[in-house]
Amino acid sequence: MESFLRFMKPGDWAVLLALAAATAALAPVAFRGGAAEKAVVRRDGIIVAELPLTRAARIEVPGALGVSVIEVQPGRARVASDPGPRQYCVRQGWLSQPNAVAICAPNHVSLSIAGRASSHDSLSY
Amino acid sequence: MRAAHIELTPTEDDRRIARYAAAAIALSVVEAAIPMPLPGVKPGLANIITLVVLARYGWRDAVWVSLLRVVAGSLLLGQFLAPGFFLSLAGALASLAALGLAMHLPARWFGPVSQSLVAAFAHIAGQLAVARLWLVPHDGLIAIVPFFALAALLFGLANGLAAAKLLEDAGRTRQ
Repeated sequence: MESFLRFMKPGDWAVLLALAAATAALAPVAFRGGAAEKAVVRRDGIIVAELPLTRAARIEVPGALGVSVIEVQPGRARVASDPGPRQYCVRQGWLSQPNAVAICAPNHVSLSIAGRASSHDSLSY
Repeated sequence: MRAAHIELTPTEDDRRIARYAAAAIALSVVEAAIPMPLPGVKPGLANIITLVVLARYGWRDAVWVSLLRVVAGSLLLGQFLAPGFFLSLAGALASLAALGLAMHLPARWFGPVSQSLVAAFAHIAGQLAVARLWLVPHDGLIAIVPFFALAALLFGLANGLAAAKLLEDAGRTRQ
């Protein structure tokens, strides 16, 4: 280690420290969780509501059959009730992962979680 | 009638660039086998060669070696014209531009370590610009910037020290 220190000229130390400081300053970005995550509610594919996942909310969405109730809690969202016959989207329960989606097809309503781009289904590089 | 016959005579420059490019390509193939915790984070060992070439033969040769490495390395790894290739190319072009500026820093105060660090940060900047504009057009990409910056800091330092050591050794054997 000592032998490698002799390659460090004064300017090298300055560059190293400046870039280390810049890196440290960037660190909070990593833990802020990227872009704001939100619950996106669609009716016939058209966005009718975008709810931030930071505070609790409850909205009613009129659909083809009746009213779907979307419930949001900090960090997660679900379809609380839906008039559809088979209740698939309700039984899916809470969604918390980015790009997760619950589709109430009979009622033409869907709920999806929009979030970080870093959540991939698959990745090839 | 004479046969159509084209003869390419490699000059001494060509041979030298090919030798260094071969070393850089070998390093990029080797490092592709090293598992990394985050996709896209690599030690960039081939940049050691670029730095050595820059110090000994100048910027033009460094550009040749670096770009030959990107193209031939991606061919060997089956990445040619794949997204990874364009990320490598963008990173290489950005770091070559940065090296073109950094090489004019006074040598009394700034050595290969400075050049390596500047090149490493330019590399991730170039890559992230292409990634943001083209591959992942989403601001969520910002969340991985600190990890790339940390990698650039560590590997930039390590590669710079390695290049400095190689340059010193070469200088010693020549005397």
